[in-house]
Amino acid sequence: MDKDQIIPTHQVWDQLDTSRIPFWAYTDPGIYKRELEKLFYTNHWCYVGLEAEIPEIGDFKRTVIGERSVIMVRSSNDEIQVIENVCAHRGMQFCRKNHGNTDNFTCPYHQWYYDLEGNLLGVPFKRGVKQDGEWKGGMSKNFDTAEHSLTKLRVARRGGVVFATFDQGMESFEDYIGSDMLHYFDRMFNGRKLTLLGYNKQRIPGNWKLMMENIKDPYHPGLLHTWFVTFGLWRADNRSELKMDQHYRHAAMISTRGSAGKDKQTTNVSSFKEHMELNDPRFLDVEVEPWWNGPTAVMMTLFPSVILQQQVNSVSTRHIQPNGHGSFDFVWTHFGYEDDTPEMTQRRLRQANLFGPAGFVSADDGEVIEFSQQGFEQKPFHRALAELGGHEIGNTDHMVSETLIRGMYDYWRKMMEI
Amino acid sequence: MTTDLFLQLNNFYQDNAAAIDQERWDDWMETFTDDCIYRIQSRENFDRNLPMAALSMEGMGMLKDRIYGITETIFHDPYHQTHVVSAPRVISIEGEVIHAEANYAVFRTKNDGIAQIFNVGRYIDQIQTSDTGFKLKSRICVFDNDMILNSLIYPI
Ligand SMILES: [Fe+2]
Repeated sequence: MDKDQIIPTHQVWDQLDTSRIPFWAYTDPGIYKRELEKLFYTNHWCYVGLEAEIPEIGDFKRTVIGERSVIMVRSSNDEIQVIENVCAHRGMQFCRKNHGNTDNFTCPYHQWYYDLEGNLLGVPFKRGVKQDGEWKGGMSKNFDTAEHSLTKLRVARRGGVVFATFDQGMESFEDYIGSDMLHYFDRMFNGRKLTLLGYNKQRIPGNWKLMMENIKDPYHPGLLHTWFVTFGLWRADNRSELKMDQHYRHAAMISTRGSAGKDKQTTNVSSFKEHMELNDPRFLDVEVEPWWNGPTAVMMTLFPSVILQQQVNSVSTRHIQPNGHGSFDFVWTHFGYEDDTPEMTQRRLRQANLFGPAGFVSADDGEVIEFSQQGFEQKPFHRALAELGGHEIGNTDHMVSETLIRGMYDYWRKMMEI
Repeated sequence: MTTDLFLQLNNFYQDNAAAIDQERWDDWMETFTDDCIYRIQSRENFDRNLPMAALSMEGMGMLKDRIYGITETIFHDPYHQTHVVSAPRVISIEGEVIHAEANYAVFRTKNDGIAQIFNVGRYIDQIQTSDTGFKLKSRICVFDNDMILNSLIYPI
């Protein structure tokens, strides 16, 4: 075996279809750079935050699209702007706070300052200094501040969620996610104002796609997440569906537990298997909400940047922020709705103990992603398998399939031209 | 506060940390009251008055469920913790309750690895005193890390 075979230097999809995924898709720094360009910086709407994070004019939040630092800000007229956090002068990432309120953005280096829309308002010593009645130095006479705004992104808002793109030719957000996914998006963000409950943040040493795949993989929850099984929450016979958009990039895993919340079998403090009971059943004190219209859990992946979570009463967005081929930050924003009672808020907070970096079920996911990446790195000529449910790509009415992963890589290959 | 009481309080902090480091979970739970609050929360959420926490337990039942989770159900890389806990800073004493804080640093060591700084922050505590000793009525671990290093399994 020559060196090329152990650490492939040029990437060819030498597999029969996307039921086999070469490890180099997760380990090659060049592939990762191309992903940033083709998936995060062009052709896609990326998640930036919730309107509820910046309720007042002048409120801002610093976040990222791919690896590019951006600021989401509520400008005058109640518009939401997303601007790139790179000064037009010397390129400095001038905004250092995570969030705040301001009436302008000023780069500390040379005090260039911008309005909340990102327009350059002023440049110190633009005309130079006056000495002996004469102007000396300063910017060239034809320097036009209007030509030196911050990079302004296109913004899409829907149901209180904010997406942005550097790609000025991008299709509408609605066309981007497609009508089937839009249905589930609107179910969760149905126009009620959101209330911010807070954040959980973790750094996961694995390729960012593994998190997309984790939420496109209904095979693992009943096997990896012993907690689910122990307390009778996971049942293979739950009614469930897997759905994708027409490009197979986005997906929803939709499941419905019996008559949720009503009987003991489904609110589930007693396990069908080991008769384990929670000492405190409030972790799973589920109350059916009218907006569910049936499903008790809908997990959506909006490629490439965000996961939208409804797990019974716990709702959150999970933002994927890649930083290299082998690591990403995973930022959970938990929220509620304006008409939640204090009891409902408590319930959402208690159920949040299942999720996030310390969650009874989600802690497992971060760990397996780390160890998958370790396996890929030691054997980059090898490939992963996603053959559950066969080779085809399509929606299903059961959970025993890896079709969503095959679909994602079908789309990935087109975009990456691989 | 008398020197005796302070020494007793200091021991209480060190005993609690030793129970975690030595994975003596029953002993750790013993340091809490039945109606306790135990929370591990980022400084960002805490400072902004956002209620979300990495972990938020109310009462002994939830502590027991968490211990069951970490010992029986959650899959995770094995690791050891070592705490370094400062002397407590007594804020106030209200009747039988001491309000105190202490800084902590938690080092994590995995198999094949070297010790990493895993979590750094401050305990914000309410300690119930009685003839039989001290118990935590409330402990909020406010951590400085903006990012948790992948997963947080054991108590802090
Ligand atoms: Fe999972």
